[in-house]
Amino acid sequence: MKAEGTMIKTEELQINIGPQHPSTHGVFRMLVTVDGETIVDLKPVFGYLHRNHEQIAEVNTYLQNMPYTDRLDYFNSMANNQAYAMAVEKLAEIEVPERAEYIRVIMVELTRILNHASALGFLINDMGAWQTPLAFGMREREKILDLFESTSGARLMCNYFRFGGVVRDLPPDFVPRLQSLLTGLPTFIDEFERMLRENEILRIRSEGIGVLPKEVAISYSVTGPVLRGSGIPYDIRKAEPYSIYDRFDFDVPIGTVGDVYDRFLVRIEEMRQSKRILEQALKQLPDAEGGHINPKARQNIRPPVGDAYTRIESPKGELGFYLVSDGGQTPYRYKVRAPSFINLTPLSDMCRGYKVADVVVILGSIDIVMGEVDR
Amino acid sequence: MFGELLKGLQTTLRYMFRPPVTVQYPDVKRPVRERFRGRHELKRFANGQERCIGCSLCSAACPADAILVVPAENNLEQPTSPGERYAATYEINMLRCIFCGYCEDACPTNAIVLEHQYELSFYDRQTSIYTKDMLLVPPDQGHGEIPPILTQLGDKRPSPPAQIDL
Ligand code: SF4
Ligand code: SF4
Repeated sequence: MKAEGTMIKTEELQINIGPQHPSTHGVFRMLVTVDGETIVDLKPVFGYLHRNHEQIAEVNTYLQNMPYTDRLDYFNSMANNQAYAMAVEKLAEIEVPERAEYIRVIMVELTRILNHASALGFLINDMGAWQTPLAFGMREREKILDLFESTSGARLMCNYFRFGGVVRDLPPDFVPRLQSLLTGLPTFIDEFERMLRENEILRIRSEGIGVLPKEVAISYSVTGPVLRGSGIPYDIRKAEPYSIYDRFDFDVPIGTVGDVYDRFLVRIEEMRQSKRILEQALKQLPDAEGGHINPKARQNIRPPVGDAYTRIESPKGELGFYLVSDGGQTPYRYKVRAPSFINLTPLSDMCRGYKVADVVVILGSIDIVMGEVDR
Repeated sequence: MFGELLKGLQTTLRYMFRPPVTVQYPDVKRPVRERFRGRHELKRFANGQERCIGCSLCSAACPADAILVVPAENNLEQPTSPGERYAATYEINMLRCIFCGYCEDACPTNAIVLEHQYELSFYDRQTSIYTKDMLLVPPDQGHGEIPPILTQLGDKRPSPPAQIDL
């Protein structure tokens, strides 16, 4: 093949990026065919972190699976908990009290902020702004993790949700602490945006890179900020409101081109919208004593024979759990629809034609967590 | 371009005079929150008897299969625990444990409690198994405090009397 514009003969070369590479966000391998520096083809290879999650879940009881879901997307354990708890609640027809729903929404929206803050930090890290923006994101994330620790007892593997509610009520100082966090949040988001949005290097590295056109995004059933970056206003919180999301007033930000820069902006705006939801939720939070869990809900359940699929808008996209019950103590079938995994599938389409250095940035803009991709 | 550089440096300067948000970890330790789930402890009653009655409910609840309980009959003259049995062997494999807290929820006598120590490291797999001697609070240190959050949880199950007459 001839490189364009010259008569120099070049040969295609196959190289591996990963599995042990700091920019692949975990153990993930890309088999890249390059012509000079241009990507001709890319084949994602995963499975290095396979832990047999779904099969283990069919051996464990329903409740025992809850801490395992924490470890799918270990950035967003609260969101995973909610999706799983909702699936079991649908299967066993368990009702969730009002206050528990609000606590759940507060936790999941906090998760969204911390996920986006660190995802953007890592994305910019991949672009070459080594560590400083990441530290900004992590600083904010740490404040939220501290709230999680005081509520659930763990920073990352929260295991906070139970069927019919959450395991413990909010600690007494939670609301004032969350309020002070929300007061400081716009400063962080604005500063983060101001430092990076107009940054020349960031724009050169991200504008027009990794374009994912609308039709391609739909045909790969991509969801989450990646889909919205391509300009499709699809958010399950709006499209099929679950929990109590129909009570909140918030917007769904969308991009125009579908490049890395659009995904970056969508995530920044989503943090602002999450803050809006949190403020409304705090205002409406009913203070019913003991309303954090349905007292009638049993944890050691044997749901009736049947199946259930529930999905939520996790920070990374549509997270769904499909459960089949045969009436026993353990699920007969347990399936996870992991957003990271499905968002990763159009990677080769997004990378073709760009330079090797862009691959890392494009991968970073999808925001994957290998724990969820490989399960 | 120079203007931008200066703008960037301005931010740097501003942050230079703020107190750092990080702590120097091994020297300075951030205190954990009250509900933190760390290393387990086996508690005692005020009279020095062990709370654990060897019922193995914790081991059944454990999703990671980390707990081994071998119960034995109590000596009636000098009972180790109130009740018929006590745990002759109680082992937790800390490499398997995922610190979910289900053992603490399952225990009918609040014997096992996840405490605040989080620095667990081992040189080999054998040392990762914490035996009963390591988990049980020593009698001379009084009875271990039960965190108030656990007694709060107890509305589902009445908290046990301080001492059960045999
Ligand atoms: S904390 Fe969870 S994993 Fe660890 S011993 Fe208790 S039940 Fe098992
Ligand atoms: S710690 Fe509690 S649940 Fe476990 S064997 Fe002892 S009494 Fe039973």
